[in-house]
Amino acid sequence: MESFLNRYRSITILLLVILAQLALVAVQVKNDRDVRLIRVWTVTAVTPVARIVEALRGGSSGLIRNYVLLHDAHEENRRLQAEVGRLKLDNIYLKNEIGMADRAKALSVFQSHTPSRTVAATVIGIGAGTNSKVVFVDRGSVSGVERGMAVVTPDGIVGKVITAYPTASAVLLITDPDFAAGVISQKGQVHGTLKGQGTPICKVDYVPFDEKVEPGEWLYTSGDDRIFPRGFPVGVVKGVRSAQPFKEILVDPSGMARGLEDVLILVEGVHQAIPDSPPVNQSVFIGSPPPADTVKPPDNPGNSPGGPAGTEADRLRTQYKDIGNAQGHKFGEGTPGSTPPDFNLKLPGPVGAPAAPAVPPGGASHP
Amino acid sequence: MSYSGGHILLSSQRESQVSRFPAWVVLLVPLAAILFQVYVPLFFEFLSFLEMPLLVVVYFALMRRSQVGGLLVGALVGLAQDSLSKNPLGMLGIVNTLVGYFAASVGLRLDVDHPLIRLLLTFFFFLFHQLFYWVMVRALLGQQLAFDVQKTLVLGLLNAVVGVSLFHFLDKLRKAT
Repeated sequence: MESFLNRYRSITILLLVILAQLALVAVQVKNDRDVRLIRVWTVTAVTPVARIVEALRGGSSGLIRNYVLLHDAHEENRRLQAEVGRLKLDNIYLKNEIGMADRAKALSVFQSHTPSRTVAATVIGIGAGTNSKVVFVDRGSVSGVERGMAVVTPDGIVGKVITAYPTASAVLLITDPDFAAGVISQKGQVHGTLKGQGTPICKVDYVPFDEKVEPGEWLYTSGDDRIFPRGFPVGVVKGVRSAQPFKEILVDPSGMARGLEDVLILVEGVHQAIPDSPPVNQSVFIGSPPPADTVKPPDNPGNSPGGPAGTEADRLRTQYKDIGNAQGHKFGEGTPGSTPPDFNLKLPGPVGAPAAPAVPPGGASHP
Repeated sequence: MSYSGGHILLSSQRESQVSRFPAWVVLLVPLAAILFQVYVPLFFEFLSFLEMPLLVVVYFALMRRSQVGGLLVGALVGLAQDSLSKNPLGMLGIVNTLVGYFAASVGLRLDVDHPLIRLLLTFFFFLFHQLFYWVMVRALLGQQLAFDVQKTLVLGLLNAVVGVSLFHFLDKLRKAT
């Protein structure tokens, strides 16, 4: 037996290692439970290095620039080339800085306005595997992040936390085929389930064929899934195809439209109302003003029945004008020393109404 | 470096020279490869096609010419990759274990210092890796993962080309014999 094992040592070890891993997979699939310890070891080993590399990345561009400039002094031609290169690098660097500042500002504004409690996080890595739609962020259970929490940006939802490690968390993106979330359409309030497809475009399932959803319509989270609070933007409907028994709806997710570097994790989500208008970052159509000669503004907007009420100053102006008219006073014609109208005069009828009807009752109707 | 250009098959076991590496190389190179895979595509998305951990497994298995060593390196790197993905632990572990074992077996018979051999082997093991992973996902997890043959062939070629350059660099980290 011993000689047999020695002879087939390699193949025996191979079989043992394969069987051990097969058992590992089987246990996880059967119990739907993760072997957390191994993942914690790996993530704890990799994320600190990723953080250091990320920190060094910012300083490295300056170092490269200085290195190039140091060698410029020797050759004029190389100096000019380096100058151009440096300017290009500067340009890229500044553009990145502006982009980063914009994103940080947007996140900050969103964070201060949303009723939900959030934790800001930075994406520090993507999941291994060619088809992976998982990213790692630099906030973990130490920061209060837990499995199942929603991850958003000011533009929309991004994904959900699938594993929270002490110093980092894995986030399943909405484009992953395993992702699902309850959504609702803005106009028709039609409920459906958003699913990833492994491509940049997502789909919405379980929308009955007789419901009305149109391309260009915005979708929001419905809150049905108990992960994403109601009222967060999801994306725009790109296409709708009628099918039985459910419609085929394709959605362009809005959350990752401006890249994915900084995100917010909803530590405590609060449901919001579905807004009537699209999110503010959308372009808004404003029509040209009407021609000046076709529309004549009313002389006395406060007097027009059903017209705009105007401001308090408009109301007072109208009131004094009516009082003056009732006493036969013409504004702008009174000479100095002449008796002014009695502005304490009580006029019959509501304030702002004409002192005397210009036309008899029944004569106001127009054909 | 001198390549044995005349023949690619080793005529005897004695011709197969086992490469040895310092401990820090064996530890840091796979870690760097995994870090590359999770970090670099964040900024250079086009580099996400590179399967650096696989290339490192193939290299160490080929050069160490030890089937047990190869399968253990493959298992560890694969499990680390699984840990950083949403897959159950063991999916990439099993695939990389087999890659490590077979690469080491091939390394016993072929002149793996030859760049053409390296190119072909890397290409072959990339295809094997992708195909076997696809089979595993369908068979064990019941997921309908797409398998694009043309894309896989192109990616295999690109990985093979990068692999040959990477192997050339890693050769310099070998212990002098």
